[in-house]
Amino acid sequence: MRRVLPVAALAVGVLLPLVPATPEFWITLLNYIGLSSLVVMGLVVVTGVGGMTSFGQAAFCGFGAYTTAVLTTTYGLSPWLSLPAALALTGVAAWGLGLLTVRLSGHYLPLGTMAWAISLFYLFGNLDELGRHDGISGIPPLSVAGIALYEGRAVYYVIWTVVLLAAVATFHLLDSRVGRAIRALRGGVTAAEAFGVDTGRAKLIAFVYAALLAAVSGWLFAHVQRAVNPTPFGLNASIEYLFMAVVGGAGHVWGAVLGAGLVTVLKDQLQAVLPRLFGGSGNYEAIVFGALLVVLLQYARDGLWPLVTRFLPERAPEPAKPGAEDLPRRAFPVPGKTLLDIDALQKNFGGLVAVRDVGFSVRAGEIIGLIGPNGAGKSTTFNLVTGVLRPSAGEVRLLGERIGGLPSRAIARRGVARTFQHVKLLPTMSVLDNVMLGAHLRGRAGVAQAVLRLDRVEEERLRWEATRQLERCGLGDSLHRPAGTLALGQSRIVEIARALCLDPMLLLLDEPAAGLRHAEKRALGDLLRRLRDEGTTILLVEHDMDFVMGLVDRLVVMEFGVKIAEGLPAEIRGNPAVLEAYLGGIE
Amino acid sequence: MDSTIVLFLAQDGVTNGAIYALLALSLVLVFTITRVIFIPQGEFVAYGALTLAAFERGVFPMTAWFTVALGLAAFAADVIRDPAARRPRRLAKALAGDIGAPAALLLATWVAVPLKLGPLAEVPLTLAMLALLGPFLYRLVFQPLAEASVLVLLIAAVGVHLAMVGLGLLVFGAEGFRTAPLTAAMFEVGPALVSGQSLWVLGVTGGLIAALWAFFEHTLTGKALRATAVNRLGARLVGIPTTAAGRIAFALAALIGALSGVLIAPVTTVFYDTGFLTGLKGFVAAIIGGLVSYPLGAAAAILVGLVEAFASFWASTFKEVIVFTIIIPVLLWRSLRSTHVEDEE
Repeated sequence: MRRVLPVAALAVGVLLPLVPATPEFWITLLNYIGLSSLVVMGLVVVTGVGGMTSFGQAAFCGFGAYTTAVLTTTYGLSPWLSLPAALALTGVAAWGLGLLTVRLSGHYLPLGTMAWAISLFYLFGNLDELGRHDGISGIPPLSVAGIALYEGRAVYYVIWTVVLLAAVATFHLLDSRVGRAIRALRGGVTAAEAFGVDTGRAKLIAFVYAALLAAVSGWLFAHVQRAVNPTPFGLNASIEYLFMAVVGGAGHVWGAVLGAGLVTVLKDQLQAVLPRLFGGSGNYEAIVFGALLVVLLQYARDGLWPLVTRFLPERAPEPAKPGAEDLPRRAFPVPGKTLLDIDALQKNFGGLVAVRDVGFSVRAGEIIGLIGPNGAGKSTTFNLVTGVLRPSAGEVRLLGERIGGLPSRAIARRGVARTFQHVKLLPTMSVLDNVMLGAHLRGRAGVAQAVLRLDRVEEERLRWEATRQLERCGLGDSLHRPAGTLALGQSRIVEIARALCLDPMLLLLDEPAAGLRHAEKRALGDLLRRLRDEGTTILLVEHDMDFVMGLVDRLVVMEFGVKIAEGLPAEIRGNPAVLEAYLGGIE
Repeated sequence: MDSTIVLFLAQDGVTNGAIYALLALSLVLVFTITRVIFIPQGEFVAYGALTLAAFERGVFPMTAWFTVALGLAAFAADVIRDPAARRPRRLAKALAGDIGAPAALLLATWVAVPLKLGPLAEVPLTLAMLALLGPFLYRLVFQPLAEASVLVLLIAAVGVHLAMVGLGLLVFGAEGFRTAPLTAAMFEVGPALVSGQSLWVLGVTGGLIAALWAFFEHTLTGKALRATAVNRLGARLVGIPTTAAGRIAFALAALIGALSGVLIAPVTTVFYDTGFLTGLKGFVAAIIGGLVSYPLGAAAAILVGLVEAFASFWASTFKEVIVFTIIIPVLLWRSLRSTHVEDEE
């Protein structure tokens, strides 16, 4: 039954226009649903998956529509030739506008897009070349093999073929290296950047991709409608697209089609029914839509698509094939060589000095423990080493190269991986996908390879690497669980597996044993020793003294941002300054 | 272009800018306290202007009914959602605030409309019914979403905007209105002719800014609101009820919005959907101020007003294009200045 549904839907979709009894009006409505679906699919990528909100999608439709309108009417170009032009123009505009906003925090993008959506609307309406508020009419229809597609039934197939292609492309994009980077945006930028993801670029890709889908929709719209004017490209249209995304489920590709369908039909029905009920010429559907939007956000923020998926076959998660080739590994420094050198490091937050004049070095193949009471500046030191924070003064050197102040992803590229004190995993993404993000820098497939599925060999290798690391950490049986269903201790282990996927020469672990049970701690200790024997250098912050003392080669002790001791575990145990820091002074 | 025109445009720009400043202030206020990007702010402007216009024409303003309806809904939502709200004392308080106050306003309006009491009675009534709408909206829409992300709150705000514009058309009709100026006086200041209405606008804006400053600096409630803006959780831990902070913020925003509407109604013709663009210009100013700085936002608002006035003189068809494009260099500047990608909550 479940398997039959998608096939049945496709069959109905193909056959519907062929049945003469199908009302013309249904076809028109379905065409509009298809056109909207394209735009909303873009919003799924940007908003639902990437966590950015854009009110500029209708304006991008306008770019596509007006480009083709001008080229086909004024210059007599074929619509098929104006499509690349429409895509190029929209792409460049989206890239430029995206560049302005993606580096800024979340709420600038929606407000920025809102402002230029209005600006573009008035621009469309006031340029003589674009026919001012009357727009441009007399646009030729699309033609296939010399046959002009005037009929709604004919255009139907073009529109829905494009929708299906866009859906497939979007699925491919999201299920790829680039897609993981876009999905990781929702978890905040710190974790993604720590594994080498250029989050600004990932945002830009999502933004431009969505704009291009909107441009295709606008291009189709111009040739279906055969006339354009500014109204369908205004801010209200963008709001409606966003509404469709929320109704369908902003995180689901098919939710876009569902949302577009429901909203289009509902709007049509409301426009017919409400004025008859209440009389007058009020804009009743806006009131209903507005209220509905609020209710949906309050009670069904994931939209309605999750209700539909209950009746669909579950896609079995792709298992990793053990046949995949191992990824190449980086050259590790010879044991004993100075790997990390921290010198007079300082970090001020306003008047507060979180780290003051700290210096120590880590040799390749060592496990170093960084301990100290809460608030001693241990995590801040980690953040300074990994580029999350910029040092106020002092130096961090990796194999002699200055890395202090470099962005996280540049440091990750040099072979430094970390885990976080507060776990930063994407709760809805599978454990395996979370860990694959760690191998981001070991792949190179881009958007084109993803969309065309030319990245499968590389993806197999990344998946195999992630599987191996998870199995090694003892989580081989949880690969396909959503990461949010794990206990805290296990989540920390997943973070370690993710860090290992980077093939790090230096591994920074922030309280890895917190939340683990006794046996799990022992297994973690064994794993870390094994890693050291393989040549990985480890720097860890930990509060569990039994765990630390039995594991590390040397200890560095901090208190109030200052290093108070350094040495072998046995020495530290008897160090009066350390005893005072931990137990208070002995009067 | 001679100096008379320059002075005229400058006066026009500063007057409008003052209104945008008020809107920018309340947008910053709402955003910092509740994290809501309050898109429907502009609707309060339109509702304020059109409600006063209805009073003036001797037409019963439907806004009064709207306030009663939302009050009832807010009361019902509280009682259904929160068992603590069913305790007798809370219930009595809610009855008075949610049902009693709007009902009293409805009655007062019903009495006042045929009497044509003039702005001294009509302006306070208009402001009161709209100021009540703010907290009702907060409770119905945003309080249940208080822990949601900024973007979810923004989309909800857009929903409220859609519904309020639709209702505006229904209630006030498609026709635009202008109200009688509060004063017809004109003053000659050197070569310029300054209208009394402009002075009114500037005076009220200045007064309101001073009052807000005093409120936030010198009252316990104001300080509690500021604490909530800095850290919601922290504020709650020290006993500041953050939902109450949200209600106050929305009440202030609604009041300021409505007041802006009352102030511009004699200067420009206001339609049911005029508010949106006006509100967004306040946004442009608020964004220039980074959504957190009151003085920067206010200064930017004056700038927006001036740009608008001069743009409408030189290139009137591209006025809106120019005003909303100012935001691009601002975003560029902010983007170049931010050295590190900010983490989202």
